[in-house]
Amino acid sequence: MSILRRFANSDLGYSFLHSRVVVAAAIVVAVVVVAAVGADALAPHNPFDLASLELFDALTPPAWEAGGQWIYPLGTDDQGRDVLSAIMYGTRVSLMVGFASVALSMAIGIPLGMISGYFGGMLDSVIMRFAEIQLTFPAILIALLIDGIVRTALPRDIHSDIAVFVLIAAIGFSNWVQYARTVRGMTLVERSKEYVQAAQVTGVHPLLIMLRHILPNVASPVLVIATIGLALAIVTEATLSFLGVGVPPTQPSLGTLIRIGNDFLFSGEWWIATFPSVTLVALVISVNLLGDWLRDVLNPRLN
Amino acid sequence: MMVAQTQRPDRAASTPQLVVKDLRKQFDLTRSVAGRLLGHQQYLKAIDGLDIEIARGTTFSLVGESGCGKSTVARCIVGIYKPTSGQVLFDGVDIAQMRGRKVMLPVRRRMQMIFQDPYASLNPRWRVSQIIAEPIRTHGLLPDRQAVQKRVDELLVQVGLAPGDGRKYPHEFSGGQRQRISIARALASSPDLIVCDEPTSALDVSVQAQILNLLRDLQEELGLTYLLISHNLAVVAHMSTRLGVMYLGRLVETGDSQLLFGQPLHPYTRMLLSAVPDVGGAAVKRVAIAGDVPNPISPPSGCSFHPRCPFVQDKCRMVPPVPSMVQGRLVACHVLAEHGELPA
Repeated sequence: MSILRRFANSDLGYSFLHSRVVVAAAIVVAVVVVAAVGADALAPHNPFDLASLELFDALTPPAWEAGGQWIYPLGTDDQGRDVLSAIMYGTRVSLMVGFASVALSMAIGIPLGMISGYFGGMLDSVIMRFAEIQLTFPAILIALLIDGIVRTALPRDIHSDIAVFVLIAAIGFSNWVQYARTVRGMTLVERSKEYVQAAQVTGVHPLLIMLRHILPNVASPVLVIATIGLALAIVTEATLSFLGVGVPPTQPSLGTLIRIGNDFLFSGEWWIATFPSVTLVALVISVNLLGDWLRDVLNPRLN
Repeated sequence: MMVAQTQRPDRAASTPQLVVKDLRKQFDLTRSVAGRLLGHQQYLKAIDGLDIEIARGTTFSLVGESGCGKSTVARCIVGIYKPTSGQVLFDGVDIAQMRGRKVMLPVRRRMQMIFQDPYASLNPRWRVSQIIAEPIRTHGLLPDRQAVQKRVDELLVQVGLAPGDGRKYPHEFSGGQRQRISIARALASSPDLIVCDEPTSALDVSVQAQILNLLRDLQEELGLTYLLISHNLAVVAHMSTRLGVMYLGRLVETGDSQLLFGQPLHPYTRMLLSAVPDVGGAAVKRVAIAGDVPNPISPPSGCSFHPRCPFVQDKCRMVPPVPSMVQGRLVACHVLAEHGELPA
């Protein structure tokens, strides 16, 4: 309680509570995350338990439509799987891929950016040219490339087991440049400040200077990019899954659900594609709004 | 008490704390790789042959206009910049060409720096006690956490703050108090030499005096040696034993502080001293400072001061002057070297 009260009294809390859009976005994100993380306990059905599926209930429309049933609030797909439950489990996969790939991008981008900015010179040129080359490849192309290589290199059954990790690696590797560039720029600013020179004069090891002095001072812009990067990663995952190179159909993500539903869109079963799409859009917009808000609040020049 | 003195006493007594010999520092300003390959290199000679000697327990002050290379000298001595050539003898050991962090570490403990900007020189995300403890931890001077905390508290008291201030963050302090924290950090590793780069120029005049008095008291108490960099001649007069006047990367006049303040010889020293404002004192004959500092990328030929000098002769435009002994101090001036005084 006291933590909540302290948050409400801080500048951050004030600006949060006084923006309806941001509060709404935070509520959407909270609902989606809770539903996804707690899917095992909260979902009305388990869409992956083949024994519980009723093929007679296939293609049931949403409950409020004619022929709908309240045990399937958002209807079912062609296999009789409950759309709401599938969305909850699918969001879990999407969020996991999103968080993990952002973590991977940060793990690559932050150290490279900091080394680049701190040491400068040749090392800086090499890392940054490498980053610029990487930037000329669209993220989806890199993801397709990595996926293609892994697909040909590994047998099919192994591939479907590690598909999620391939996806995380593909998205993570294609987004590290942003972190590296931002951290490099911030490091250049911090490095020239006198507190860093004081540590150098004292003889502190360069790695410790980067870790203990510079990293805490470059952390807030990284947090902002990470938030926006999370939305980007979720969309990239959905795109790849929609194209069929993402997660396997046995473990559908939001993108996979949309792709499956897409086949039924013109035969009148609109709900199979629409509800996962709405979830995806709501989640991504909300995360983006939160990221924008964080960027504005944490930028001292705008205060 | 904390660290055994590594120097043999006989050597420690006879060698000056710091000797700088023919120090040079060039910055490469060449923009393009092509220019570099074709040999169109542009250099800024920030320091162009500098000699300084600082005896133990004394203060040597370096003064000059902005951009004359004072701060570069400080940064070359403490090792933030690598000198292009020359020697920096600390206790008789040349540290200018030392490579590697491990080799430098014992010297680093004995040499500290106080910076100009009390707002940028303390990490905003660290508590004051962490900031002050950093040199102690880096050099592994004390065995455990309690001992470090005790030492930090001692240092806080020594610089006129309260032990409880260690728990606060730098933004909770005023500029003068922050400079005290900087001084406490500089003292933490029990150094012999402290390089003070404009330690008071970011402070209010009333606070300046407090900080200078603190520095002077600490010098007496701990036998510290100071290299003081300043553009403020009032500060320098208050503090220094010896004085060096710098112009475009060279010393134009070096000598006893009292002597130089009482009877400046070099035309540039005279100009600087006449620019010191004084309130209500006797009217002093002032020499106006004419012209601007020339571009250090393409310094004037001969004596670099000749375009601004009222006593300029033909020789000054061609041959750079070599410092020579005139009336008890070293002066780099052709006119003074020949006549022993300036024409009236």
